[in-house]
Amino acid sequence: MRHTATLACFFSLLIAVSPILAFDIEDERTFDVPNPSSTLHILSNTDLDYFAPLIHAYQEQQSSIKVIYTVASSKELYNAIYNDAAQFDLVISSAMDLQVKLVNDGLTSGYRSDQTDSMPEWAKWRNHLFAFTQEPAVLVASKKGIGDFQVPENRQELISLLRDNPEQFNGKIGTYDLRQSGAGYLFATQDARQSDAFWRLAEVMGSLNPKLYCCSSDMLNEVETGEIAFAYNVVGSYASANLNEESNAFIVPLSDYTHFMLRTALIPAAANNAKLGGQFIDFLVDKKARSLIENQAGLPPIDGEALSQHQYFRPISLGPGLLVYLDKIKRKHFLEQWSDAMVR
Amino acid sequence: MNEHSISSGSLGRRLLVQLLFVAAILSALLYLAVRAVANQAAESSHDNILGASAAAIAEQLGTDADGIIIDIPYSAFSMLGAISDDRVFYRIDIDDETATGYEDLPLPSSIPIDSKPLYYASRFRDTTVRIAAQTRVIPVNTKPVRVLIMVAQTQRGQDAISARVANIAAALGVGFFLIAGAMSWLATRSAVKPLYTVANAIGRRGAHDLRPLKSPVPSELTPLVTSLNDFIARLRSSLNRTETFMAEAAHHVRTPLATVRTQSEIALRQAETDTSRKTLRNVIRAVDESSRSASQLLDHAMISYRSDQMSTEKFDYTALVKEVTRALSATAELKDLVIETNLEKDVQIVGDRILIEIALHNLLDNAIKYSSFDSKIEIELKTDTHGIAFEIRDEGRGLDGNKPCSLIERFQRGNNVRDIVGSGLGLTMVEAIAIAHNGTFELKQNSGAGTCATLLL
Repeated sequence: MRHTATLACFFSLLIAVSPILAFDIEDERTFDVPNPSSTLHILSNTDLDYFAPLIHAYQEQQSSIKVIYTVASSKELYNAIYNDAAQFDLVISSAMDLQVKLVNDGLTSGYRSDQTDSMPEWAKWRNHLFAFTQEPAVLVASKKGIGDFQVPENRQELISLLRDNPEQFNGKIGTYDLRQSGAGYLFATQDARQSDAFWRLAEVMGSLNPKLYCCSSDMLNEVETGEIAFAYNVVGSYASANLNEESNAFIVPLSDYTHFMLRTALIPAAANNAKLGGQFIDFLVDKKARSLIENQAGLPPIDGEALSQHQYFRPISLGPGLLVYLDKIKRKHFLEQWSDAMVR
Repeated sequence: MNEHSISSGSLGRRLLVQLLFVAAILSALLYLAVRAVANQAAESSHDNILGASAAAIAEQLGTDADGIIIDIPYSAFSMLGAISDDRVFYRIDIDDETATGYEDLPLPSSIPIDSKPLYYASRFRDTTVRIAAQTRVIPVNTKPVRVLIMVAQTQRGQDAISARVANIAAALGVGFFLIAGAMSWLATRSAVKPLYTVANAIGRRGAHDLRPLKSPVPSELTPLVTSLNDFIARLRSSLNRTETFMAEAAHHVRTPLATVRTQSEIALRQAETDTSRKTLRNVIRAVDESSRSASQLLDHAMISYRSDQMSTEKFDYTALVKEVTRALSATAELKDLVIETNLEKDVQIVGDRILIEIALHNLLDNAIKYSSFDSKIEIELKTDTHGIAFEIRDEGRGLDGNKPCSLIERFQRGNNVRDIVGSGLGLTMVEAIAIAHNGTFELKQNSGAGTCATLLL
């Protein structure tokens, strides 16, 4: 699988006459069809493993559309659209703040259809930005690492646990390096906005020589092996995809609050084929696609009912509020403050 | 009588059009006023939130050793996101240098003072934005530093409110116009109604009811009604004069003629030569003709007058026919005529007795006049579905090809009766009387010899 993907990636790069990519891509695959009528270029920060089944399902419906799926980090992706006006028909990213910024600064096209009209209001913004997954930020604990300690139920308990047992947890705490991870920064800023507990937690974690990760996968691997006891603020969907009954790690629900990140799609203003982009959005946000997203892609689809199950489930709201933490001074201060607490 | 007056347009319609015109203007004004007020309200409420956003940023400004600390609170932008889906831009300048935000966001025309926000609209990139600008002066190392904070928002939310308000305003305007229109129509109708009331009061009364109008009218109509009453009074006195004049005329014409006739007869008796006798007979004949003509002219005038002021009483028609027949029986005997009557008993009729008597008299007189010696006249009176028919048939010379209509015109006589005294007024009078009673008069050639005249009332 990995091999064919690389091969396909290689070939598609060879054939790729279309977008000239002035940014770092992580992966690319062409989903070819016999006699394609048109080509849909998708730029995404979501791994191919998650998205390939969705594209196959899409091509079952639209058998004449060739899809080129390019993977890049959320920051590269944002830069490609914001600064280079890279020509993609659809941009998918979990970095809500950057996606909002793209819409706010007029780099996207609006889209409206029956499908988007039937979406819940919180799942879209300005009819430019459409969410199709809701992924919680979770605490992952290692069975081995936590040992006999009581599993904390909220941040306060987590803080107490860490503070009271520094020798057990020293060097055993992992979280995103906010300087590198967009998702980490988003979760951290939302945490900071939500509660003062965030800074106290940062102080405690900082005193325990925390391990900082760029990406979910490394962090999840190490919590699985017991290298670290807790991984804080991991994207829940990646966690559930990697963990199962036999795993050595498990997800700890925190009942003070759990933020949900929305994975969103938008159509860039520079799109060559905005209509195709819109068609794919319809496919993604359609109620019928929910089970597909859940079962095939392994991502939690948009579901208002699931969010209303618990008071502490909080989807991060799409809107100009997200722009605040993108402000360069704000970001600088926030990272400085965080570094002061975490990196000693 | 039924002549239509020339209309210079409807007073009611003119009034209605003017009222509707006023209503339309008021509706348009209402529409514009509601829109203006609502747009202003929407704009100022949006401005207030923009101002609050800028103020939130200004309040959060702080200082440290390096200078000003800018820390935009999350709520500064999220409050803007809460009211609409609008895009948000900002710019923070410290001493005329952009510290953060969108460097190309247009500056206000003058620097706002007193920490009071300044609001203005401007083009920004691909869109139009509303901007709130506010300054705050903060001392850094005892030196005042001026921070200019600008928060901008696109106006989609406000436009949406405007559009909604425009719809409501339009609905209000149309609704107002419809209600005003309906009320104008009712008002016009009630304003014009007294005019119709007066017109009806005059039109409904018998054609010759010359009483003054007494029902109360709106003050605007009193001059008209007063003039009308004056006019009626003049008309009445003029008619009275005519009646008096007719009586005078009858007297003045008939008395001398009678004298001339008597004198001529005396002279005829004393005449010695055939020539003078012949001359006198001609004179008598001419006098007879004149006397008859005069009396018929007076009768005709009487009919004209009476049919204008016809009295309607109920009386015994049968008795009247008998009376007229008896009155003329002497004349009939002179010509050895037999009058056969076939009258229905106790026929009652409503009408002017004198006029009907004149009609019957004329018809019978005609029949006698144009009957040959020793012939028969049949008189019949019967009621049927059409009314009461009085029919008189003679065996005289008939119509001889003259159309009945031409015989009825005033002063027209048949070509075959030039040898008999007659004015040509008789049948005209009969028809006028028939019409005055809403009846008909018919003159037909008998199947044998003679004429059949029918007066159907």
